[in-house]
Amino acid sequence: MHELSVVFSVIKDCVEVAKENNAPHISSVTIQLGKVSGVINAYLEDCWKWAVNRKGDKTDDVIRNAKLIIEPIEAITFCEDCKQTYDTIKYAKVCPHCGSENTYLYQGNEFMIKEIQVDDEMPTEFLDQIDEDTPSPVMA
Amino acid sequence: MARVIELHKSVTESNDKDADQLRKELKEKGLFLINLMSSPGSGKTTLLSRTITDMKPEVEIAVLEADIESDVDAERIEALGAKSIQVHTDGMCHMDAGMTRAGLEGMDLSEVQIAFLENVGNLICPAEFDTGAHKNVMILSVPEGDDKPLKYPLMFSMCDALVITKTDTMSYFSFDIKKCIEHVKKLNPDVEIFPVSAKTGEGMRDWEDYLKRNMAAILG
Repeated sequence: MHELSVVFSVIKDCVEVAKENNAPHISSVTIQLGKVSGVINAYLEDCWKWAVNRKGDKTDDVIRNAKLIIEPIEAITFCEDCKQTYDTIKYAKVCPHCGSENTYLYQGNEFMIKEIQVDDEMPTEFLDQIDEDTPSPVMA
Repeated sequence: MARVIELHKSVTESNDKDADQLRKELKEKGLFLINLMSSPGSGKTTLLSRTITDMKPEVEIAVLEADIESDVDAERIEALGAKSIQVHTDGMCHMDAGMTRAGLEGMDLSEVQIAFLENVGNLICPAEFDTGAHKNVMILSVPEGDDKPLKYPLMFSMCDALVITKTDTMSYFSFDIKKCIEHVKKLNPDVEIFPVSAKTGEGMRDWEDYLKRNMAAILG
């Protein structure tokens, strides 16, 4: 899916907020990811590692080498007919309690930037610099 | 010392704002923008070609082609005398509001009333990003099967209209149109559905009336 474009958008928002707060460097970014958001953690992490370690000014130093922390959010569906909730991933659209399809997703499609952790000083060196020639992760 | 700054911001929030702004600006400029989404090979370009030819004396149409890497589609549209521009998404799987704006800015739209954004051929990603269009229209072609709404529920539940193309091939694919419409209406009770064949012209008038009706409503 669109992990790479999402990563670019998260980076842009976080860099903006860090600059507004006069923070020289972001050490970690915490996102909340619903289990049916359609985003795949492993792809997201690969894209992230590549995007925050590009050489030169392709990556803003403010976010260079920042860690990505993913907090999962369970997917829960609510049934309008019997007013009960159930696990979306296991039962999808049909309520396991009463068989109704009159249901809606209560939570689980979120993709939120929760918070960033910032250092008040710029770290002196960055580890794991990736070569400029490293190809970008292939979009699925 | 480290400190924590809380954001609590949805990842699509910036794009949603850009999209609302673009929608407003286009309305003021008198341009009706339609986001057209479908699988590859669903007959988007053929449907557009026929629509352009049918409506040409009355309505000026432009097409923004978003394809991963090619400009075959743009050539077909331009051969009909309509304006078109190819937007290369550089491998991205969908169009967002910023890319749509950039594409529109690359064209002379002073005499155009309807612009179609031919989104990347994909039924998942384009459903999640607002492009700034006034209407989202989805295309499902008969060979894809009447059960497709069950496989891609988000796309079918977010579109304003569904065009079922290639209806002239219905008997070859045992496509049950009643069942298909039933599946779609369950996901999206308000959707308007237009079965058409761009080849024979069947159903094209209803689809074109839909465009004119919405153009009048949006542009006032």
